Formats: sequence, C-alpha cells, structure tokens
Amino acid sequence: MALLEIAAVSKSFGATAAVDDVSLSIERGELFALLGPSGCGKTTLLRLIAGFDQPDRGRILVDGTDVTALPPYDRPVNMMFQSYALFPHLDVAANIAFGLRQERMERRRRAARVEEMLALVQMSDYARRRPHQLSGGQRQRVALARALAKMPKLLLLDEPLAALDRKLRDETRRELIAIQQRVGTTFLVVTHDQEEALGMASRVAVMNGGGLVQVGSPVEIYERPNSRFVAGFVGEVNLFEGEVVTADPGLALQVAGLNQPVPLPVAVIRSPGEAALVALRPERLRLSHERPAGFALTATVVAADYQGAVSVLRLASPAGLPLTVLLPSAAAAGFARGCAVWASWPPEDLVVIGR
Amino acid sequence: MTGIGWRGRLVLVGLPFLWLGLFFLVPLLIVLKISLARSTIGVPPYTPFVSASGAGLSLHASLANFALLTRDDLYLRAYLGSLANAGLATALCLVLGYPLAHAIARASPAWRPLLLFLVVLPFWTSFLIRVYAWIAILQPNGLLNRALLAAGLIHTPLPLLNNGFSVELGLVYSYLPFMVLPIFGSLSALDASLTEAAADLGARPWRQFLGVTLPLSLPGVVAGCFLVFVPAVGEFVIPDLLGGPDTLMIGKVLWDEFFENHDWPMAAAVAVVLVAALALPILYAQRWLDREPAGDPAARPRQSHAIFLDRSGEAGP
Repeated sequence: MALLEIAAVSKSFGATAAVDDVSLSIERGELFALLGPSGCGKTTLLRLIAGFDQPDRGRILVDGTDVTALPPYDRPVNMMFQSYALFPHLDVAANIAFGLRQERMERRRRAARVEEMLALVQMSDYARRRPHQLSGGQRQRVALARALAKMPKLLLLDEPLAALDRKLRDETRRELIAIQQRVGTTFLVVTHDQEEALGMASRVAVMNGGGLVQVGSPVEIYERPNSRFVAGFVGEVNLFEGEVVTADPGLALQVAGLNQPVPLPVAVIRSPGEAALVALRPERLRLSHERPAGFALTATVVAADYQGAVSVLRLASPAGLPLTVLLPSAAAAGFARGCAVWASWPPEDLVVIGR
Repeated sequence: MTGIGWRGRLVLVGLPFLWLGLFFLVPLLIVLKISLARSTIGVPPYTPFVSASGAGLSLHASLANFALLTRDDLYLRAYLGSLANAGLATALCLVLGYPLAHAIARASPAWRPLLLFLVVLPFWTSFLIRVYAWIAILQPNGLLNRALLAAGLIHTPLPLLNNGFSVELGLVYSYLPFMVLPIFGSLSALDASLTEAAADLGARPWRQFLGVTLPLSLPGVVAGCFLVFVPAVGEFVIPDLLGGPDTLMIGKVLWDEFFENHDWPMAAAVAVVLVAALALPILYAQRWLDREPAGDPAARPRQSHAIFLDRSGEAGP
C-alpha cells in the first residue's frame, strides 16, 4: 500500500485552478520530488497534504487513512517551511521540543528525543541559542530537526535548499539524503530547481499548470521526457520538429532549417507524413573539424560559454537552426567562435516526444 | 563616512534634546520648584524660591506640601482610586482590544484599512465633545434609558451616570484605540507561517495562540497597556464630567487644588508625586521593549524578558 495516496485532487483559488485533478501515490521510504516552475501548483499541493488548505475535490490518504478532512494538527505529517518558520522567542531545544510538548510526551523522554534530534543534525552545541543567533544553514538544520522530532510518517519539505547559497546547498543536499536514509522517513520535497530534484530524489513528478506532466525516476525524466515542457524545463535540450519521411534505412525527420533529414532511431514506429518532435540533450552531440562517417550536419560556432569543467557552445546551421552543445572544456577549446564544424550524434540518442 | 561632520551631528542630536529640555524638563523643574513653596495671596500665589533678605539672598524651600500629602488621607485615597480606575480600565481595554486587534490583523487585506480607520475615527471629533455625548446617552432621561424604557425592559431609569460605572466606561471608550493600535502592530508583523508551523507540529488553535501568537505580541500588549494606563491615571476630564460625588481620582484633586483652592504649591506637589510614581514603571517597560528580539537582534543580554517569554511559550491549559 502506498504511504501517500492523492486521488483526483483539485483546488482553485477564485477562477484559477492551482491544482487540477492530480493523482499521485508515493511509496514508503521514498525521497520524492515535486518539480515545477513557480506558480505550477506544487506548493498548493504540499499545503493540501499538510492540511493548511482544503481541496475542492478529491481525497488524500496517508498510510491508508483518509486525512482529507483532518486539520493540520491531527495529521501524521510534518512540514519544513521554506522560511523555516522557527519560533523566534524559543531557543533551539524548545523549538525542537514544541511538537513533542503538544503530544504531552513525558519530560525525560522529550529531553532525550531533543538530544537525539540535535545530534542527528549536528547542532548539539547550539541547543540554547535563539534562531536569530544562527546562520542560515544552522536554521535549516534546526527546522529539519523540529519537523522530524515527532517521527512523522511523511515529511514535507518546501524548497528546503532555496534559502542557502550554492556551496552550502550542495553540501546540505547530500546531508538531507543521508539523514533521509538514516531515519527512513518518507520525504516529499517541493522544488523549482531541476538539479536539486534530479540529484536528490528517487522519483520525480514534474508539474505544470496545476497538473502532473510526468512521473518517473530522475533518469527517465531526463533521458526520456514525455513532453516539450519536461524536455525544456529539465535541463537544456535541442528540439527538432518536422515531418516523418522514409529514409535509407528506416525513417528520418525533415526539419525546417536543415538541408538534410535527421535519421530517427531504428525502434521508432511512425508513418511517413506524420508530424513529430524529437529531443536531443546537448551532451549527446559530437563536434569535429573533419566530416565523420554517417549522419552529420555543418554548423558554425556562434557563442562559447565557459563554465569551468564544461563549456556550452551555441551553434547555428547554415539555414539558421540553433543547436546547443555541451562539451568538457578541454574538448571545447578546439572550437572557437566563428569556427565551422561538423555536428553529429548517434540516431539512438534522439528521443521522440509525441508532440 | 558621513557627510555632515561633527557639527552637523551635534545639531541633529542637540535639537531634540533642546526641545525636550525647553518644553519638558524646564516646566517640570518649575513645577518642582513651586511644590517646594508656600501658598500665599498675590501674583503669583506662592512664595518666592529665592528672596533678598537684609545682607544677602535666602532660599525658601519646604517639604510641608509633601508632608501634607501623607497626613491627609484624601490624597492617598485619590492616588489609589486613580490607580484602581486606570488599572481596571487598562485590563478592560486589553480584554476588549486584543480580540479586536487580532480580528483586524486576520481580516482580509481589502477590509483591514477600513477596520483600522474605524478604530481611529473617534479621534476626528474633539475628546471633550465625545465625553459630553456620553452624558446625553447615559443620563436618567438619556438615549439609553429611554430606549430601555420604551422596550419595556426596565420600568425606572437606571443610574448610569455620575458613578463608577460611567467613569470606567468613559475611560475604556476613550483609551481603547491606544490599546488596539500597538497590539495590531505586533500581530500584523507576525509571520503567518509561525502559527501554521505550530499547527503542523500538533498545536490546536488555543495552544497556537498561547504558545506562539501571544508571546510574540507581548511587546504590543505592554506598549498598549502603558499607553492606556499612564494617561488614564492622570485623567481629569472623564471623572469630572462622568464621575459622581464618590469618584476620587488624583487628576480631579489636582484640578481642585489649583482652580478651587488656588493652592498652586499643593497642586504642584500632587503632580510631582504622580510623575515620580509613573516614571519608574515607564522606564522599566521602555527597557523591556528595547530588549525585544524583534527590535535589534544583536547579542545583547536579555535575561529578564527571556524568562517571561519562555514561560508563556510553555503555557497552556
């Protein structure tokens, strides 16, 4: 049985449908990410699960129990707020103890639990500090400890890393994964950052316009996006749109702006004359100065964006079709701006996205 | 680097001090001086502080007025009466004002300005006229009694005016906005996610309030209590217009000493003791407010209020 079962849930604010007929189930022990641009409804969905808002339609079940009508304080769910929402008038230990106090846990057990939580997030030395005396990273740890203290069946994390600077974010992400594995609690993370979602979650659901667009493992989401939106939102992508034509062998795609059809993977079954959209990740492209064997395009380097370990090159075909290529910087050094190159890729690396 | 230099800064800091010195400290010292004089017939109606006598100057200061304050228990009863009336008014304002401020802070943003406007609206009419209006409402053949008689709820007019009830009503009515506004200020600055976090951690609405909302709005409560209590203690107009023969408040006594008995030194002594009695709690409250984490989160020591807040954090039924 799934730990969290969301069944046909909808929620509107006025005329806007914030969450539109979403069904989703999350298994026990998963680290699940809800990924989407701001305004896609992911935070609303999280608030429906926490109980801060009531859905207009649909049901929410946690561990088999229907919690749809329960207030937040009766749900076996805890949330880590984006702003952390630490109580400024209480010290770190009292913040962590707040939830335990509500369930009237006996004093000695409560103290032991607070100690345990402080140790879990490595904040034992800060028990008597007030939130305003802590750094952003320390507050994040306290918020996590406070939310985990009641041993919820499901922990909701609203943009847990958004308030941290980049270096701390990577470190904290690894820590979050480690803590999740140690405590075994099911985590539902809401994020707008695709790197965060792919690098953290065991499964990812991509949301757009209030609905779920694709649910799958990070690899599936990245390598086999099911829509133009997912392909474009999760990482960079080259999209080719055109008409399916017969080629030798198999099928190819006639793309406006390219002087030759692009061979499609052998496994693709389409009828000639059909419209199709295919995606190609920038790191799958190869560049060379001499014409390689097989399919290849001529293009010109129009911009080179050095990013340290890797470089992103922007190319343009003679007819003006843009192409994005991701290369190790050492390899990219050979292709300066204005340089004419051959771009090629194995046809199997193309992903056909229905439309 | 500031562009104004030390002269500019001296002027900026000095001007308010000069203002306070001229219009607050100097008058206060004059009152103190008069309180040490003796009443006499003449202009001004008190003995001079310094006078030329024979060879040199002589100083006349006497604590006789203060001694009289302790001898005649009228004064003590008036002080205590004022404290009791003001204390009760403060408590009633708090009981009425906190829910009102809470409701306004929770109201939808579209309604909030209108509700706040309604709280402040009475200030658009003269205080004196508003107190007079209560006489028209409360007197034996006033609006309220006539309405109650007409409705058949009572058969003889209720004694609503010129007693403790009407004074208390006048105080609460007049000073309620001073309680509502600072509490509203505290509550509206409160991050809504804090009460959501409390609810998320299992706190029912009443415990969300006791554990989070109330302790975090205490600065507003303290400010509101002082804004009501301090002027209410010295209030003269309300007990004079709405009070009765048994209403004993120090503001009224002060007025009578000054205008009825023309005993300026005695009136001054009454005022000096009143200012001294109020100054200490005000200073203490000011220090308490300055230590609030909401103000300056720098690492200042703040044991006193920290104990206070931690207790309320743990409070609960």
